[in-house]
Amino acid sequence: MSHYEIVSREDFSEVTYLLEIRHPMMARAAKPGQFVMVMLNEQGERIPLTIADFDGEKGTITLVIQAVGKTTRQMQQECLVGTSLYALVGPMGVPSPISHARKVLCVGGGLGVAPIFPQARGYKEAGAYVIGVVGFRNKDLVFWDEKFRDCCDELIVCTDDGSLGIKGLVTAGILQAIEKHPDIEEVVAIGPPIMMKGCADTTRPYNIKTMVSLNPVMVDGTGMCGGCRVKIGDQVKFACVDGPDFDGHQVDFDDLMMRLRRYTRTERQALDHWEKGCNLTKSIAGSVEALIPVQALSAA
Amino acid sequence: MREQDPVERSRNFEEVACGYHPDDAMRESERCLMCPDQPCVSGCPVGIDIPGFIRKIGEKDLRGAYDILTETSLLPAICGRVCPQENQCEGVCTVGESLEPVAIGRLERFVGDAAIREGWVNIPYIEANRFKVGIVGSGPAGMACAADMAKAGCEVTVFEAFHQPGGVLRYGIPDFRLPNAVIDAEIGNLRKLGVRFECNTLVGRLFTIEQMITEMGYDSVFVGVGAGYPTMLGIPGDSLNGVLSANELLTRCNLMRAKEFPNFDTPQPIGKRVAVVGAGNTAMDAMRVCLRLGAEKVYCIYRRSRKEAPARAEEVHHAEQEGVEYHWLTNPVAVLDDGHGNVRGMRCVRMELGEPDESGRRRPVQVADSEFDFEADLIVYAIGTNANPIMGQTSKLELNKWGYIQTDHSLATSMAGVFAGGDIVTGAATVIEAMGAGRKAAASMKAYLGLRDSALPYASGGEKLFGIDTRERNFARVRVA
Ligand SMILES: Cc1cc2nc3c(=O)[nH]c(=O)nc-3n(C[C@H](O)[C@H](O)[C@H](O)COP(=O)(O)OP(=O)(O)OC[C@H]3O[C@@H](n4cnc5c(N)ncnc54)[C@H](O)[C@@H]3O)c2cc1C
Ligand SMILES: Cc1cc2nc3c(=O)[nH]c(=O)nc-3n(C[C@H](O)[C@H](O)[C@H](O)COP(=O)(O)OP(=O)(O)OC[C@H]3O[C@@H](n4cnc5c(N)ncnc54)[C@H](O)[C@@H]3O)c2cc1C
Ligand code: SF4
Ligand code: SF4
Ligand code: FES
Repeated sequence: MSHYEIVSREDFSEVTYLLEIRHPMMARAAKPGQFVMVMLNEQGERIPLTIADFDGEKGTITLVIQAVGKTTRQMQQECLVGTSLYALVGPMGVPSPISHARKVLCVGGGLGVAPIFPQARGYKEAGAYVIGVVGFRNKDLVFWDEKFRDCCDELIVCTDDGSLGIKGLVTAGILQAIEKHPDIEEVVAIGPPIMMKGCADTTRPYNIKTMVSLNPVMVDGTGMCGGCRVKIGDQVKFACVDGPDFDGHQVDFDDLMMRLRRYTRTERQALDHWEKGCNLTKSIAGSVEALIPVQALSAA
Repeated sequence: MREQDPVERSRNFEEVACGYHPDDAMRESERCLMCPDQPCVSGCPVGIDIPGFIRKIGEKDLRGAYDILTETSLLPAICGRVCPQENQCEGVCTVGESLEPVAIGRLERFVGDAAIREGWVNIPYIEANRFKVGIVGSGPAGMACAADMAKAGCEVTVFEAFHQPGGVLRYGIPDFRLPNAVIDAEIGNLRKLGVRFECNTLVGRLFTIEQMITEMGYDSVFVGVGAGYPTMLGIPGDSLNGVLSANELLTRCNLMRAKEFPNFDTPQPIGKRVAVVGAGNTAMDAMRVCLRLGAEKVYCIYRRSRKEAPARAEEVHHAEQEGVEYHWLTNPVAVLDDGHGNVRGMRCVRMELGEPDESGRRRPVQVADSEFDFEADLIVYAIGTNANPIMGQTSKLELNKWGYIQTDHSLATSMAGVFAGGDIVTGAATVIEAMGAGRKAAASMKAYLGLRDSALPYASGGEKLFGIDTRERNFARVRVA
């Protein structure tokens, strides 16, 4: 029944992989900042993933996924070239407003490196001077640096251990860029909530407009369930239809992070149930563990 | 009608009302007085020939009864189950003045179920007319419009954002009230009429309404995207973990089948003590789902009294039988947290009914110093929905001040060729009203396209040959089921 075929795949590391999926109509419609909802199979959960790239001519969209739990790990195992997804809906969400700012800083951390790419490219195409800041845990996890170099006028790579580029978090990269370019008009930051919070805090004193892309738990992605509600200033917004991009200086990140932990227990259960039924190697499981501290912070 | 035992059924998802035995249906049909002035017919939003189909049941001609029903209603097995009959057809039944009204809904369901069991479908002559019609949303409004346009010979495609068609029937109303098999059967009938379903298609974002008309070659479009966008109370604690909308709870449970977790992946929030705010159908469904998922206590918090509860009377009663505890005239003022971002309980005040407001209902006012707390670990809001914003964001369709699509009396929108109906026009209403709107829009669309068969196949009393209306005088290809 389904016809969302995976046409290519690339594994960036033990936990990060790229899927290129055929969907000509979506490839033409997609704009930077939008996302899709994916179901691997009929029993699966609907999970939101950002459209990391789209190619109208080839008729494909690209997703870059981090294996953090049941669904994303099962996809890592089962989504091979030639297989199909059960469901793929999108593009969802309000496209990022690519403004006419002349100098823009695009910041991607971990999970957010891929989704920041279409924005960086969008700004480049709109004629902006684009400075990219991408952050990884270490040199082995780095991907797409070539792609970024193509569309960024400057690229700052940050690694936690200093194995490539500057040592430190992306916020260090932001500060470095701001120092060199006091005329940066806009910052766009995508990554784990804790990182986006850091970015917003970093730019606040400079009063630079900072957009972030929020990733609350979603069910339908069409504005029907309210599960994705986030606090923006004194208002409640639904990230899937009112966002996912919001003004980072207005976002209540603590609320977002607390709400992301809603289903930690059941998610764990789903993973255990699935692992019992398959022979995932211990080593992968181990490295995944290391990657989810954000979500696991206070898993009850 | 036999019902599953309340204690037993509150632990399973099997249908609560088991349906009539043929003898019961016969007996019930005999209670109808065949009133010449037919008050019941005017009580039904789509004007089903009620005495007509009941007479056929009495004559043991179920196929005949089905034919009469489907002249007006597309979904008898569904409406018979979910219509708020006490406010509609049964509410004005003459017998009801002194006794229980004739159980019109149950009889309708009886016939609808028989049709599904026997595989009856009424496929009229269909002459293809080269018109392409696009339907956005596969809820009852979209389904009804699709059926009529297909019967008129148009090439009809229904676009649905979810991975399965049916709208609220699928994601909202639980299995124990409306089994999936019934929805599947009705969707199957539409397919037999030649209707195509394109799921996983978010109209507005994948392509816009404008594009459908200009680039994709649709001659006319119907928008029936439902209401959706749930309302939160706006009290302290709204965003705590454990507070969610009934839509989320029900979608997880019904559409995503979280009730079968972990065989299905979607997590289901469930608590031991659940408080559901609201007393409409959505609230009843949410409460009864929670009971079935194993909640020990389920409270219904409603600021008016039982008399004002908008849910179907039968659901209020069923929920009570199953163990829901009602707290009428009670209004929540805050959700209490446990210090770790989770729900611990709720703070409410007592209300009393004051002067009537604009809607004629007596306005609840707070009783002084009546605040009290109670423990709960899951809070579900079922207090209504707003218009879904996607259509407004992505098209030039004119909206009214509440964000619903603006239409004229013929359901035409501000865009030529585009019609709209159902919850996205009226705000949350009922299945039968949405269906009626779909049919009304279809009639307008046919007029717009210059198709002139609109009145014919639906006027009752026509001669039929092999189930085909003989007054349809075209001699084109007949599509056989
Ligand atoms: C708009 C948006 C864009 C996203 N883009 C990407 C992307 O490009 N690449 C990527 O790897 N991830 C992305 N995510 C996150 C991704 O959706 C989650 O990692 C995924 O749902 C986890 O599912 P799981 O079953 O593998 O893990 P689980 O064990 O179920 O969950 C792990 C954690 O993921 C989060 N999560 C779980 N379910 C959902 C859900 N339905 N919706 C949102 N978050 C959830 C929770 O914080 C949870 O604690 C995005 C999320 C959103 C909202
Ligand atoms: C829990 C619950 C219980 C109810 N119980 C009853 C009852 O017992 N009796 C009764 O008469 N009424 C009941 N109702 C109300 C009734 O279900 C609705 O009034 C009716 O379904 C409205 O029909 P609709 O076709 O307008 O919209 P919906 O049924 O909401 O269908 C709209 C469809 O459009 C899809 N859609 C939305 N946006 C897009 C888009 N951009 N592109 C493509 N598709 C899109 C949605 O996914 C959905 O499937 C209940 C409602 C709920 C929520
Ligand atoms: S459609 Fe609803 S209101 Fe009309 S007769 Fe049937 S049950 Fe009654
Ligand atoms: S009002 Fe009641 S008794 Fe009279 S025709 Fe209708 S169903 Fe029969
Ligand atoms: S995901 Fe359901 S409203 Fe946003």
